[in-house]
Amino acid sequence: MATLAPGGSGGPGGPGGPGGAAQSGQPATALTPGGGLMPQAGGISGARSLRRMTRAIRSNGKATVGMALLVLFCLVALFPGVIAHDDPSAEIYGRALAPSARHLLGTTAFGQDIFAQVIYGARPVVLIAIGVGLLATVIAMLVGVAAAYLGGAWDGVLSLFTDVLLVIPAFPLLIVIASYLHGASTAVLIAVVTAVSWSYTARQLRAQALSLRNRDFLEAARVRGERSFYIIVVEIIPTMTSLLVASFLTNALYAVLFSSSLQFIGLGNPNTVSWGTMLYWAENEEAFQTGQALWIIVPGLCIVALGAAFALLNYAFDEIGNPALRPVRSMRGKRVKRAR
Amino acid sequence: MRFVLRRLGFFVLTLWAALTLNFALPRLMPGSPALAIIANHRGSLSPQALKVVEAQFGIGHQNVVSQYFSYLGNVATFRFGESLTTQPGVSVGHIVLDAIPWTLGLVGVTTVLAFILGTGIGIVSAWRRGGRLDSIMPPIFVIMTVIPYFWLGLILILIFGVKLHWLPYFFTYNITLTPGFNLAFIGNVLQHAILPAFTLLITTIGTWILTMRNTMITTLAEDYVRMARAKGLPGRRIMLDYAARNAMLPNLTGFAMSLGFVVGGAILIEYVFNYEGVGYLLLSAVNNDDYPLEQALFLLITAAVLVAILLSDIATAILDPRTRGAR
Amino acid sequence: MVLEVRDLSVEYLMEGGAVRAVDGVSFDLEPGEFLGVVGESGCGKSTLLFAVAQLLVPPAGITSGSVVFRGQSMVGLTDRQLAAVRWKDLSVVMQSAMNALNPVKTIAAQFKDAMRAHGMTSKQEIADRSAEVLRMVGIDPVHLKSYPHQLSGGMRQRSMIAMALLLTPELVIMDEPTSALDVVAQRSLMVQIKELQEQLGFAVIFVTHDMSLVSHFSDRLMVMYAGRVDEFGPTRQVFDSPQHPYTIGLMEAFPSIRGPRVPLTGIPGSPPNLASPPPGCRFAPRCPKVMTRCHEETPELYHVNGTLVRCFLHADGGADHD
Repeated sequence: MATLAPGGSGGPGGPGGPGGAAQSGQPATALTPGGGLMPQAGGISGARSLRRMTRAIRSNGKATVGMALLVLFCLVALFPGVIAHDDPSAEIYGRALAPSARHLLGTTAFGQDIFAQVIYGARPVVLIAIGVGLLATVIAMLVGVAAAYLGGAWDGVLSLFTDVLLVIPAFPLLIVIASYLHGASTAVLIAVVTAVSWSYTARQLRAQALSLRNRDFLEAARVRGERSFYIIVVEIIPTMTSLLVASFLTNALYAVLFSSSLQFIGLGNPNTVSWGTMLYWAENEEAFQTGQALWIIVPGLCIVALGAAFALLNYAFDEIGNPALRPVRSMRGKRVKRAR
Repeated sequence: MRFVLRRLGFFVLTLWAALTLNFALPRLMPGSPALAIIANHRGSLSPQALKVVEAQFGIGHQNVVSQYFSYLGNVATFRFGESLTTQPGVSVGHIVLDAIPWTLGLVGVTTVLAFILGTGIGIVSAWRRGGRLDSIMPPIFVIMTVIPYFWLGLILILIFGVKLHWLPYFFTYNITLTPGFNLAFIGNVLQHAILPAFTLLITTIGTWILTMRNTMITTLAEDYVRMARAKGLPGRRIMLDYAARNAMLPNLTGFAMSLGFVVGGAILIEYVFNYEGVGYLLLSAVNNDDYPLEQALFLLITAAVLVAILLSDIATAILDPRTRGAR
Repeated sequence: MVLEVRDLSVEYLMEGGAVRAVDGVSFDLEPGEFLGVVGESGCGKSTLLFAVAQLLVPPAGITSGSVVFRGQSMVGLTDRQLAAVRWKDLSVVMQSAMNALNPVKTIAAQFKDAMRAHGMTSKQEIADRSAEVLRMVGIDPVHLKSYPHQLSGGMRQRSMIAMALLLTPELVIMDEPTSALDVVAQRSLMVQIKELQEQLGFAVIFVTHDMSLVSHFSDRLMVMYAGRVDEFGPTRQVFDSPQHPYTIGLMEAFPSIRGPRVPLTGIPGSPPNLASPPPGCRFAPRCPKVMTRCHEETPELYHVNGTLVRCFLHADGGADHD
């Protein structure tokens, strides 16, 4: 889960690190947003930071696990037919059967194969997560960077708008909006969840854009005569890559939880096959009391797993950006015990 | 002082935005079934309630602008109309007031507890870094934060309610008992509150732990903490007085922002446990198409969150001497 | 002898391996002596300071050598064991008072902390002593009630120094305490420190990059480069007749206010990357007087007229062995 402070740069300090660290006796903490990635030419940093990120992912345990889970769920969402051979909505099997070789997780009260449902149910969730993640990040970026760059009255208005939306409780608002819709499809869910979530990361992005506004390389671009639009797109945004990635992950995570919750209380479309709707039906049919615990346990675990994927990746990025948060290596191997 | 006033102004603005949202939504939804449903139930409303509902939802004969101002006026005088379907004919205000104490008790107490415990664990976890625990615990906390509130509730019901029969998991108290300030009743209430409270505690504590831990780690790298060591101060004093006191400040702001999510979680938990608080009422209203009730509850929840944020802002102003002079 | 440092080495455990920021530094300090430690950014002088005070934080750690303070060995002791000595006999002044003072506590509270930790319990005694040290540095005691952000930069710096003197320590370690101030305030603070030192008799290790500033006040001067001591001797001597090519280069980089106009010369190149330092003498890549030998062997500290110089040019002076 991203920290609330608008920090988080993409990488540790460069070759100057040890010298600076030796000076103050502290690790070279890149606490200024984007501080670790400040090359002179803004445009190149996008590619460089991407390379640094992939290297960082491989070296961090949490990131690897998160990435693996994410890839797994994406594959399941893309090719459900390869793994599950039954039609998830077909109510043709015996009702409430226990797990067996034919039905790995048993069947629902309506005679549907639970395993098939779990596998096919991944697609809507992954779609919503990625859809909201991207859409909310784009909106947050546009609003946040515009507010920071335009400044003055524009900044005031945009910031106020963002703050008000931020403070209104998201889930109740979501419930109210959904209640007027009577059965939201996946696309509508994406739109609605995005509307409620973008303000959170917009604030962070604005803070970082503000701190970048006065950097030298932007001043150089202005002096060169580049237009504002160019500066925003080519210079500022690539430097904010790490925060944008964090924003995507955060929004995707909340999308998973929010949409599942909405579906659980029946505000999604109960006829689609998704983890959230599975839980809705399971609860309606009192799955616990009738001994169909798996119907509830498995979809929930999947939600936790997908959510954990995003959350772990986010946490790992926090650590990468702020070296102070990384696990501390003990000095036991090299430390002198007692002097003469 | 000016700081507090500015915040108050912001909150009034936010409340107004929520009100306007409430007003706009039914009118924006194309072919809204809401209006049809309301029109169906008009008959059961008393004349005063009818006027309120007409202004709220745009049925009837006034134009939009005068409806808006009537609506604002109604809210300002706490006239929310009557429930359409949940308890037909009963004033919305009445229904809401009945539910508030239950939610306040459950969510209020549990949130404070989770905040205190979570912050404490976060402080200690940051202070004692470098052990083997340190590389396992944070990922565990992270996973704790993504567990869906409602699902954990269901699992706990399965384990403690259905399988072990240790704790009750429906309603706020055993309906065969009559409410009263006696030990038996209160004990029963507490018994019913344990599982929901525990669920809320586990799902929310992770966030407090992680944010406190993160700010604490950053604070521990500060020069004044090193100075405190140099002065030979005892470890506990450094951890609390120098590090934690400073690390707390950004967390109080974070507390405010996270409240929105806590509220959302509470709604789901009340639903799962049939715990008759504000959240359960909201979802019942939604499921019953009881729009007047739903709107009032939404406003109430928003107002409550705003009040909590204001309180934490005041707390920050008190604890951080730097904000006092500057404003 | 107040302080004996022998062969002290400090390493930072980084992702790519260990970086040795301080490499085999040795020196002694007499009671009441003022030792200036100078060098460029990254030469290890601050790390050395924190190593002596046992205030290093992971990933930094002392890997070899000894620090003996008033006859007691300090390396490897825990914070609790060190607490008795800290502040009472050895105190620290840091570079930025804004960062070194707790922003949520008043000056008085921070003074009280230190005194209470060392057994002073009488409220009157604490209040009296707090007022006394503030007066010593020229601050009105009414500011005891202030928070750090309410004081000016110079006053904050002075309060930090006052705090360091609360328990009349034997040794005060200062890490660039004047760098954050303007030139005028710098000088007046230095004068004040020197006066206090002569009055109370404590020893001082003063780290700075500003050699000319410290040379007016220090008894001995230690020049560091890339984690090693390159020149070490009485201030006047090091200043007036520097022996090491690095020190000479530093001197020539400072223009003199009087005297004929001379073109400024810097030292070409930049300090080495301590993650992979050059073999032999670390200054060799930039040295105008370099010999083949310098790239192959590491020079030791040789005696030259009462100073120690780490340069093969003076190898015939006889190496300094402890």
